[in-house]
Amino acid sequence: MNRIQQKLQENKKLLSIYFTAGYPSLNDTVSIIQDLEKSGVDMIEIGLPFSDPLADGPTIQASSTQALKNGMTTEVLFNQIKNIRKSVSIPLIIMGYFNPMLQYGVEAFCKKCSEIGIDGLIIPDLPVDVYHEQYKSIFETYGLINVFLITPQTSVERINFIDSISNGFIYMVSSASVTGSQSGFGKKQTNYFKRIAEMNLNNPQIIGFGISDYKTFTQATQYAKGAIIGSAFIKYISKYGIKTIHEFTKNIKNTNN
Amino acid sequence: MFAMTTIKNKMNYNVNEKGYYGEFGGAYIPEMLYPNVEELRQNYLKIMAEPSFKEEFNQLLKDYVGRPSPLYFAKRLSEKYNTKIYLKREDLNHTGAHKINNTIGQILMAKRLGKTRIIAETGAGQHGVATATVCALTGLECIVYMGEIDIARQAPNVARMKMLGATVVPALSGSRTLKDATNEAIRDWINNPVDTHYIIGSAIGPHPYPDMVTRFQSVISEEIKWQLKEHEGREKPDYVVACIGGGSNAAGTYYHFLHEEDVKIIAVEAAGHGIDSGESAATSVLGKEGIIHGCKTLLMQTKDGQITEPYSISAGLDYPGVGPMHAHLAKTKRAEFMSITDDDAMKAGLELCQLEGIIPAIESSHALAIFEHKKFKPNDVIVVSLSGRGDKDLNTYINYFKL
Repeated sequence: MNRIQQKLQENKKLLSIYFTAGYPSLNDTVSIIQDLEKSGVDMIEIGLPFSDPLADGPTIQASSTQALKNGMTTEVLFNQIKNIRKSVSIPLIIMGYFNPMLQYGVEAFCKKCSEIGIDGLIIPDLPVDVYHEQYKSIFETYGLINVFLITPQTSVERINFIDSISNGFIYMVSSASVTGSQSGFGKKQTNYFKRIAEMNLNNPQIIGFGISDYKTFTQATQYAKGAIIGSAFIKYISKYGIKTIHEFTKNIKNTNN
Repeated sequence: MFAMTTIKNKMNYNVNEKGYYGEFGGAYIPEMLYPNVEELRQNYLKIMAEPSFKEEFNQLLKDYVGRPSPLYFAKRLSEKYNTKIYLKREDLNHTGAHKINNTIGQILMAKRLGKTRIIAETGAGQHGVATATVCALTGLECIVYMGEIDIARQAPNVARMKMLGATVVPALSGSRTLKDATNEAIRDWINNPVDTHYIIGSAIGPHPYPDMVTRFQSVISEEIKWQLKEHEGREKPDYVVACIGGGSNAAGTYYHFLHEEDVKIIAVEAAGHGIDSGESAATSVLGKEGIIHGCKTLLMQTKDGQITEPYSISAGLDYPGVGPMHAHLAKTKRAEFMSITDDDAMKAGLELCQLEGIIPAIESSHALAIFEHKKFKPNDVIVVSLSGRGDKDLNTYINYFKL
């Protein structure tokens, strides 16, 4: 069983953190991953930076631009994390846009991920149907879980289709937005969370976009298996540096007091 | 002797039912955009086929845009190059370029889809002006994304958009030019998925945009056919020529000739300071298959798949990709791709001023510059798309020629 599937079976709400590889400094990747695990995070999304991240707001855009300036490439990332499984055991997911993977070669990319011990991929601009028709068998060969997104506008049929071809979790985008553009959830969003929870899908849902603190984490995980934090984490380490990761996780889990 | 087979598979240059031109095209979009793009995909052909839509579209093209645009025999230019050159005068359209053909079509589409808010991206500002114009015409809210750097260098078009009632939002990310303005427009659409229609200005983007924009622009080649019949007694020229950035004027100029094999197609890209200078926008030469703004096409990028910054003196050609239809025309060699430097384009622009009394847009000047590089026969009939007028480029002309 894949590490993601194992983690999803644990009887707890999961905290997943996204960070941009190569930010703040090129070689921070491994220590960020190790510190996130030590701080009690359940799952990590390693962001492979892209020049034109369409689904991301200003925070992740800026960190991606900086990471690329620092010299991050697909090859550099794979080199940095090639021994990561000697020190880290929680699920690791690479999140990135499709073009860099296409240029690396989709099969070569998946093979490399599998060798390193990456458990899954999130590729926002690889459409479900293209994945299903062209790439599913490659992902399966290398034991990688592909995570799909749903939004408040996704139709019931499409959610059911996505559920039927998922084998990990469904990434539930909290609202119609790019990353990092929300603060707090209103009635509209909690109604949507409820509606999806009541569909009793085969795959658990993890909510992302708009989770930034203890309050929003608790709100989201009331309806879902877990929540993903990206922009808020990047803002935090931009401000306080990467030595403060423990503090960040404590704040989210409210274990300070 | 070999036995030759005369049966040839006829190549299809139009979009297929899955949204591809050969291997290019498709809809590589985040799930957040799926409902919008899918709604459009399911409805665009149906709406375009409605008699009331056609009537309204054609009426506006005639009374508001001023179509048909003339097909003008450029006598002195023809004499100079010893061949027969016709100019398709898109520069005479309302707002000064071919862009308005598409924005008229898309605004009527948006209204039929019940949208109340319009967004667009713009580089030099021509598409932004054309979008602001049709929004004023129909009373819809208009937000135009424009790179911060382009806003600074295209002040008159920014003022035009504002006078027409549009809100111009600076794109502050990345290189702060057209590519980034497009990213910002896409992000806006993600944030406003219900009431908003995105009017893409070129034959790019996720399916069905390249096909929809091409169909709206195809009025150009439709007119060329009957106009050429009046001039020359035949519908088909020997060559059709157009400049290509994203490729909307080219798509419209080629459309009705794509499957006429005796009509040769020439696509003219911007070489900038030269193909090997590192400052160029000649995507067919420098690009590799990749994904930009929702479609698979030829794209200027690093080995690592990061999209690179193009360069051209002409803002309208300064784009790192090319429409998927054109990528297919390049790959299948249906079109001959040429690239023209800044210097050659500027010279050709000035030549048209002095031989024909027409000040062309610098984009169009690239298409005119091919006559210095390619020899045609005296009896060849060549139609060049004069996609826009040069008023917007006066500052560039002034600085370049020290006028």
